[in-house]
Amino acid sequence: MAEDIKLMKGNEAIAHAAIRYGTDGYFGYPITPQSEILETLMAEMPWETTGMVVLQAESEVAAINMVYGGAGTGKRVMTSSSSPGISLKQEGISYLAGAELPCLIVNIMRGGPGLGTIQPSQADYFQTVKGGGHGDYRLITLAPSSVQEMADFVGLGFDLAFKYANPSIILADGIIGQMMEKVVLPPFQPRKTEEEIRAESPWATQGRRKGEAPNVITSLELDPARMEDNNLRFQAKYKKIEETEVRYEEFNCEEAEYLLVAFGSSARICQKTVEIARAEGIRLGLLRPITLWPFPTVAIAAYANRVKGMLSVELNAGQMVEDVRLAVNGKIKVEHFGRLGGIVFTPDEILQALKEKLL
Amino acid sequence: MKQEIIIAGFGGQGILSMGKILTYSGLMEGKEVSWMPSYGPEQRGGTANVTVILSDDPISSPILNEYDIAIILNQPSLEKFESKVKLGGILIYDGYGIHSNITRRDIDVYRIDAMDTATEMKNERAFNMLILGGLLKIVPMVKLENVLLGLKKSLPERHHKLIPMNEAAIRRGMEIICKV
Repeated sequence: MAEDIKLMKGNEAIAHAAIRYGTDGYFGYPITPQSEILETLMAEMPWETTGMVVLQAESEVAAINMVYGGAGTGKRVMTSSSSPGISLKQEGISYLAGAELPCLIVNIMRGGPGLGTIQPSQADYFQTVKGGGHGDYRLITLAPSSVQEMADFVGLGFDLAFKYANPSIILADGIIGQMMEKVVLPPFQPRKTEEEIRAESPWATQGRRKGEAPNVITSLELDPARMEDNNLRFQAKYKKIEETEVRYEEFNCEEAEYLLVAFGSSARICQKTVEIARAEGIRLGLLRPITLWPFPTVAIAAYANRVKGMLSVELNAGQMVEDVRLAVNGKIKVEHFGRLGGIVFTPDEILQALKEKLL
Repeated sequence: MKQEIIIAGFGGQGILSMGKILTYSGLMEGKEVSWMPSYGPEQRGGTANVTVILSDDPISSPILNEYDIAIILNQPSLEKFESKVKLGGILIYDGYGIHSNITRRDIDVYRIDAMDTATEMKNERAFNMLILGGLLKIVPMVKLENVLLGLKKSLPERHHKLIPMNEAAIRRGMEIICKV
């Protein structure tokens, strides 16, 4: 066994990847099923090695506003929580998007609404990709389906956030957070120096040098004409992201007659459904959106010309299915199958649903 | 080769850590592995279970319909998982925790009196390693040397002095398991 293969929970992988990526600060508040992120960071004590700040804030609201402050200085800063805690952060997330600040948010979803349950769920899809906070904004949304991707998407999330000056979010659930798998952690890279930040993010508030104009970071613009300009700039940026950053994975889609569409943990369970279905002679494939926003609309639209029907499989009452239907635009039948409130479907249940709804 | 295993019983019986040691052992053997716990309140007294998959090929779903092996350590878990053992699969149970008869005739059933043996050994914490020993006697899916490496990896260093005790419990478990 190679020495760099480790066995860990998805939550632990996020913490280790954050340290190795050269993250400057983590601000969070504990909540099941993601508490291992903060616990692992506290146990690793990165402030003694890389200088990374790890802080348990007094609340989720405080934590997201610490992220706002840190991001304003051009630092790589992040927070994590689970569904009810992410709801608390929404005002701050909207402000981050409005001020065009890069940061990484992690949501390890649990069943809702309200305090709900601590068991896994994917019911925050709408909140994440349609805007849980106010205003016309988008979050670059990455949906890992393995512990390896939990580690990999920390770096990818930060890279995309800085490339577009926009918050990124990792949207996973209690299954991926709590399960242990093999993982190869990314190599260590040092935190950015003040000079590197100055070169990379000239907008950052690092302390004004003589002769420099002050950098102002705000989401407030009381002049409607200028506020419209700001919004148009955001929309142009979102369009560019939609054109360039779509990521998805196909599994047995070649010559598929029917397609499952699923993200994160559901996509893992659907893989097994595909295996069982193929053994029964049903030509079933799986398309897994990796970015939930930008959504793989074009790829799904293309499959609408090739398959007879699609089943959107989600741990919710039917959220992503709306985006699948928009992509398909009425060409073929698109159905939804889900379990709610923390109940997780088995591969057989999904196959049964496929047979009942589409075959 | 793929082994899909559920270990189920009460919280506090060492179910999650037994699963973890088995998973680490698989990792040491170069296998693909997955460890999916039930998490939350059941860890503190209710029913708890963990799904462990060891495989030569990449693992798709960590959540399963049915299992090659079910290790059943209390009555509620028997009721929940007996029907989910694959045809021709294996069910291992602890005699202390199970009151009703096992009705399946299409699977191999083994009994291990690990709770009684742990009490005799005056070491209730050996319980889960007795069970692990029993499992490895019936299905030697990982080598004992890799289990010991797995123990070393999954236990914090301050507990490494307990490894010989755990090894002894695994060996004892291999002796006390019997076919029903």
